[in-house]
Parts: sequence; structure tokens; C-alpha cells
Amino acid sequence: MSEPLLQLSGVHTHIGPYHILQGVDLTVPKGGVSVLLGRNGAGKSTTLRTIMGLWTASSGSITFQGRDITRMETPAISRSGIAFVPENMGIFTDLTVAENMTLAATKGPIDPKRLAWIQELFPPVRTFWNSSAGTLSGGQKQMLAVSRAIVESRVLILIDEPTKGLAPAIINAMTDALKELKETDTTILLVEQNFAMASSIGDTVAVMDDGRIIHDGDMAEMVADKELQERLMGLSLEAHQ
Amino acid sequence: MLTRLLSGDKPRSRVLTLLLLVIVISLAFAPFLFPGTKSLETAARICIFIALVASYDLLLGYAGIVSFAHTMFFGIGAYGTALAQSVTGPSFVSILWGTAAGAVVAAIFALAIGLFSLRVKAIFFAMVTLAVASAFAVLVSQMSWLTGGEDGLNYRIPRELTPAFKLIKAKVFDVRIDGKLLAYYLVFFASACLFLVMLRIVNSPFGRTLQAVRDNAFRAEAIGYRVVWYRTTATVLSAVIAALAGSLLAIWLRYTGPATTLSMEIMIDILLMVVIGGMGTLYGAVLGATIFILAQMYLQELMGVASNATSFIPFVSDLIAADRWLLWLGVLFILSVYFFPTGIVGRLRASRG
Amino acid sequence: MSEATIKPRIEKAPLGERMIEKLPVVLVPALAMLGLIAVGNPATWLTLTVAGLAMGLMIFIMASGLTVVFGLMDVINFGHGAFISVGAFVGFTVLIWLGGWTSSPSVFLNLSAVFMAILVAMLATALMGYAFERVIVMPVYGEHLKQILVTMGGLIVAQQLIYVFWGPDEMHVARPESLQGSFVLGEAAVEKYRLVAVGIGVVLFVAMRYVLKSTRIGLLVRAGVENGEMVEALGYRVRRLFLMVFMAGSALAGLGGVMWGLYQETITAHMGQEIMVLVFIVVIIGGLGSVEGCFIGALLVGLLSNYTAFLAPKVALVSTIGLMVIILMWRPQGLYPVVKAK
Repeated sequence: MSEPLLQLSGVHTHIGPYHILQGVDLTVPKGGVSVLLGRNGAGKSTTLRTIMGLWTASSGSITFQGRDITRMETPAISRSGIAFVPENMGIFTDLTVAENMTLAATKGPIDPKRLAWIQELFPPVRTFWNSSAGTLSGGQKQMLAVSRAIVESRVLILIDEPTKGLAPAIINAMTDALKELKETDTTILLVEQNFAMASSIGDTVAVMDDGRIIHDGDMAEMVADKELQERLMGLSLEAHQ
Repeated sequence: MLTRLLSGDKPRSRVLTLLLLVIVISLAFAPFLFPGTKSLETAARICIFIALVASYDLLLGYAGIVSFAHTMFFGIGAYGTALAQSVTGPSFVSILWGTAAGAVVAAIFALAIGLFSLRVKAIFFAMVTLAVASAFAVLVSQMSWLTGGEDGLNYRIPRELTPAFKLIKAKVFDVRIDGKLLAYYLVFFASACLFLVMLRIVNSPFGRTLQAVRDNAFRAEAIGYRVVWYRTTATVLSAVIAALAGSLLAIWLRYTGPATTLSMEIMIDILLMVVIGGMGTLYGAVLGATIFILAQMYLQELMGVASNATSFIPFVSDLIAADRWLLWLGVLFILSVYFFPTGIVGRLRASRG
Repeated sequence: MSEATIKPRIEKAPLGERMIEKLPVVLVPALAMLGLIAVGNPATWLTLTVAGLAMGLMIFIMASGLTVVFGLMDVINFGHGAFISVGAFVGFTVLIWLGGWTSSPSVFLNLSAVFMAILVAMLATALMGYAFERVIVMPVYGEHLKQILVTMGGLIVAQQLIYVFWGPDEMHVARPESLQGSFVLGEAAVEKYRLVAVGIGVVLFVAMRYVLKSTRIGLLVRAGVENGEMVEALGYRVRRLFLMVFMAGSALAGLGGVMWGLYQETITAHMGQEIMVLVFIVVIIGGLGSVEGCFIGALLVGLLSNYTAFLAPKVALVSTIGLMVIILMWRPQGLYPVVKAK
């Protein structure tokens, strides 16, 4: 793997009285898909939110493209090239699909060629272009959320459990789209609980538990090592299946 | 004994203890220490407002609920007693049933408003109470056949509580022992009782749960406390005590009108007293009410003097004119919310003087 | 992947549900009809209805800023009334300066004077809104209790400052010549100024809707009301957006203050605080954060106040409280509850 794009070292995050991240060290290399696994409450979503500046790290540092972004405000972090698809998708249900997309394009009007490509990846974004986003189904909302993140080219996309609660057919569609997205020069940091999906597109993998990273390495290595899977799966995926 | 009387809730600061002692002793012997009508009026007002402000603190400081209807309850109590006196004539029985009726009506109103609007956010309750209290004030001033309208009600109270009644012929320390003196001690002891009852409430398991609800409603709900029930109960208790304080005012003044009980100005005064004294500690109400009313009675004169002295500087003299003292209290209020949310009491306790 | 794997699902609520969704809109004409039955005389009814609409629209102007500010940042400004009062005093001062214009028989000069008064008042209250937001509101974001207290403190200070600048007395200004008197429609007399107020109110509502529905700023505001965090994650500074909305809301309150002042021809430092009672009722009825709800709530309150003021003058304010109670029993979050993410 190449140079690190994003690096977290010793990140601690407190939410109110709770100490959620307890020294997270995580390196996301440039290019490809990095997967963050872990059971519910391990701190995966908090890690993404801390990177985005939606929670502020109480100690430790986060560097992105060599720049310290630990204390930067969310809008500045976003404009430095990081897009975020939160767990709840963050769709503006009061707005139409088109308006959701327009707001996501911060650099000017949406590039028609790019839009055509996105609509190819996620046909509902075309079908329901002028519908209120509130009327979309869960899977369609998820597609819109990812589309919004890639409406302009981004350096890094943080995606929080894009397959959560979706039907298998839609999970496959989402996986295909992310695979295609991987071919562009965008890096993806994916939080997942679905190991089948994660292993099919992940290049590297890190496993979290109790607010710390307890394993990290290549995905291929983890897929091959049944014993490691057993040990980590038992820990990380017991909540799932 | 004293600790038990205070329900184990001690002032926890030497300066604060001293201040409270000075206030209590001054109020207890006010007729003898500060002779004169104006000082007795001031002392009685302070007693009544200590009870009233403490009852508001029960809601604001201990339950974390902002209400703008506290003067409504205060007024209901005052009008209850006032109407009883005017309808059935002056007697202790009519004082009793008037006071009781005021308290019951206040409780019913508080229960209704509480059940209706405490489910939602603090903001919602604040807005609803503001609207209801304003409408109530307008209604009272318009139902002049019953309430005397803007002019309010003048009525007689039992003769034993008026200056015309002489308990003993002789003067004690040059002070006449008359009905007015009895009325003052009625106000003093009743306010003191109300205050001690409130201390008991906030230090009971109920009071502690109330504070837990204030600090983390979500968590309290999760543990299994019925948050709405606790908040509504606090609202009702606070309303009843406010109504009782209103009855005391009605007895003391022998007059009840919108301006002395229901007006938004008094509501704002109460707010200022609680915050400046210290939210979430009943002793704050004692300090807040005392300081505020003394300032209201005496500081204005001082500012008038200062304003006249600076009358050659046009704008400055306007700023410190006697009528503008609320301006400076407003500024002080904002600053205390930012910098000393626990008010004077919090400061004193922090410095452990 | 193909279209076949993802079936387009058109989620349209059943007809009955959609009808109920639209029901609040019907409330206004329904109330007007009830008013007609209760009042009896159509001419009187017309006069009252125009007065009610004028009052409702003025309240809407003052309330709209408050409700959007709440929706966007969860901030309720109990000091909003201060902008109403200050707007009225600044506007009246301008009208006094332009005395020559207001007393002239020329309609153009009259309207120019009113326009200037409104402009200066809105400018002044917008600047005041800026100061208020930075000094009073900003330090207490996210803390409702402190917010209520501090903004109330701001109201006290602002009212006292009005006394310092304009003296303790109320202020009288007569409406410009051409805005005095009434039109006679059949048997009904309709005050000219009320029609002007209705006109300004309607134009403003249409403009506001346009801004919210069709401009980028409007989209951001609506998105921010629903999920401010996501708007930030898309790269927009919600705080700056909020400041702009706060200033706009303050300017609207100032506009409302001038209009209300011209309606009454007498203003006091407390007028804002008094009107705020109606504003709060309207905002609660409409659903905190909803502009449409605020509009309908304002019209309902305006109409109801005028009908009851005619039928039973003593219970006018109490009747609006009754309306609020009924609406909240029907919809506990108001007519148009605002969907909040999180």
C-alpha cells in the first residue's frame, strides 16, 4: 500500500460523561477501500464522526493529506475533500432528490456527465429526480446518500453502514456501485457489520472494540486466516447474524 | 435541632451563614430595629417575596422548568383571600377559606398546564405559560364586576390585624404593640414556615429525584422515573406555595390589584431575584429577594441623586436616572446567567468564605 | 445493475391521509365561515375579516423570523419582542422627520415616507439582531434554560434602552393622509391601511415562500432545519447561515413593529412584549419551526381575535388561548410538526 491519506493517532473522544474512543490509531492508505469492523457500540460511528469534526477529539491527532484537521470545523473538513454518509443517511426529506443533490455540489452546478454516471450507478436517483426525498424507500435513500457524497469528486468518502437494514438485492446493488466507485481515484473508509459484503470490496481492514483498534491488516490476509476470523468475528460480529 | 429544622441543608459557607443570620435577625426584629412605616413595608415585602421567589426556584432551579405563570398563581392566591374578605366581610374564617380556595384553584391550574405542556420541551412550557398568564391577567383586569378591574380590590381585614387594634397599652422599645405588628409577625412566621417546608421538600427523596430529572431527563426516564409526573408535581407544589404567598400579600396590603400581583413586571422581578441570588439553592431566594427589594426601595433614590449630580452630562444622567435601575439589573442578570449561573450563593460557596 | 432489481416504489399516502395532511389550510376559510354565521351581518363580517387578516398577517411577519430561527438552531428568542418595539420607535422617528411627506396630500410622498420608515427600521433591527445574536444568544447555544433567561434579560435591557433614547412616554404618530379613512364596499367599511397591511403581508409571504423553495439559501435553511449537522458535513457553515436568518428575522420583527405601530398610531416600549404573547400562540399553533404553520396560525389568531372582539370583547385573548389548546389536543406538535433528524 502507498502513503497514508488519513491518519488517526491516539484519538480520544468524550461524549458528555462517556469516554467513547479510548486511543484510536488508524491509518487509511491512499486509494482503495478500508473497512472498519466491530460490534455495536465499539466506536465505529464515533470514529467517523470524530474525523468529520462532528465530535471533537479530546486528545490525539487526525491528519489528512499531511494536514492536521483535529480541531478544524466540520465545514472546513468537508471542503478539504472528505464526504460523509452518516448512519442515519442524513437525507433532507423536506427537499426533493434534485435539491439534495444540488446542495451537495458545493463548487457550482452539477457536472452533467458526472450526474449521468451517478444515475447509471443508482437508477432511482434518476427515476425520482423531482420527488420529495421523504417519499423514497430506505434503500433508495441510502443510494441518494451515497450519490450526494460523490456528486463532485472527493478525496475520501466516509460511509457508515450503507447496507444496514437493506434487502439482499439492494445490498448487492450497493456493493456493485461501491466497487465501481473504487475504480475512480476516490478512497473509501467503510464501516460495516456485514462481513461478506466488506470482504468482497475491502483492501485493508481494521477491527474495533471498546473504543480501540484491536486488529488491522490486509483484507486478503483476514479472509485467508480462518482462525483470525473466528477470533475477531466472535468478538466483532456476534451482534450480527 | 437547627439542622433538623433546615432539613440538613446547611448554608455551607461562613459568609453566607453570616449574611443569612443578619437577614433573619433583621426581619425577625424589624419592627423594633427599623421603626417607621416604610421600613416595615419593606420588611414584610421581603418576607413574602422570599417565600414567593423560593417557590419559583423550586421550579426553575430544582426542576429546571422555566415558567412565566408564577405571578398568575401568586395572583390567584391574593385574589382568593381578597375576594373572601370582600364577599363575606373581614374574619379569620374567611381568610382561611379564601386562602384555601386560592391554593386549590392554583393547584388545579398548575396541574392542567403541567399535564398539558410538560411532555414536550422546556421552551414549550415557557411559551405556553407566558401566553396563559398574559391572558389571565387581561381577563382579571376586564372582569371588573368581580375583581375590580385595573383598580383592584380594597377590603377590610379582621380588626386584630389593623393598627386600630391595641394588644397592650404600653409601648415596647418605643414601638406600639398593635394589630399591624401582629400582621407583620403573621407574615414573617408564615413565610418562614413556607420556606422551611420547601427546604424539606428539596431535601427529600422527591427533591433529589427532581434534580436528577433536571440533570438528565432521558436517563431518569430510562431508570424508570415518570418524568412528567415529577415535573407536574413540582409545578403544582410551586404554584400552591406561590398562591399562599399571594394570600399573605393580600392580608398585608389590604389591597389586591393586577399591578401588585399579576403583572409581567413582577414576573421579571422574580426571575431577576432567583438568578441573582442563585438558582437551585433556596438560600439564593433569601439573598436575591432581600437585595432586590432593598435596591428597589432605596437604590433608586441613590441613583436619582447620582443622576442629578451628573445632570450636566446629558446621556450619562439618562442612563443612571432612578427609573433606569432595571437597565442595570438587566445587565447584571445577563452577566450572572453567563458567569455565575449559581448566583451569589454559588459564588460564596465556591470561595468557601 | 438493472432497473428490475430496484423496483421504483411510489409511496403515496392514501387519499384520506393526504386530505388530513392538507386539513390545516381549510381551517382558515372554515373559521371565516363560522365567523359569518356568528356575526350574522355580512357587512360587519367583511370589515372584521379584513381587520382579522391584516392583524394576522402583521403577526405572521413578526412571528416568521422567530419560528425559522427556532427550526434552524433550536434557539427560541424570548427577546424577539424587543425588535418589534425598536422597529416601531425607529420607524416613527423617521416618520416624524419626514413630517412634510406624511402630511402632504400626495400619495407618492406618503408612501415614500412609510417606505423610508420601514427601510430604516428594518436596517436598525437587523443590526440590532446581529449584536443580539453575537452577544446574547451565541454564548448559550444548546442550553435552553439559559437561552430563555438570557434572551429575557436582553428584552429587559432593550426596553430600558428605548426609555433612555426616546424617553418614558408613549409615542403618537398619525398615519399619512392617504392611509387614513376607509373604503366603502356596499355597506361595509374597510380601512385603507388594513388593506395595505394585507397587501404587504401577502407579498412578503409569497416572497418568503419563493426564497425558501427556490433559492440556494432557502434550500440550505430548510435542510438546516431538518438536519443542521448534515448541512455542515456538506461543507456549509450553519452558524453563519443562522446569523443571517437571525438578522432577517429581526428585520422582519422591525417591519412588523412599524406596521403595527401605524395600525395603532401609538407605540410604547412594552408593545413588543405584549404582541409576543400572540406571536408565541401563533408559533405554537403552527408548529415550532414551520413557516407554513406560522402563516395559518397567524391568520386563525387574527380572525378569531377580531370576531370575538366584536362578539364578546372581554374574552378576545382567552379565545386565542382556547384555540391553541384545541389545536394542541388535535396535534400536540402544532399544525405542521417539523421533522427533525437525530
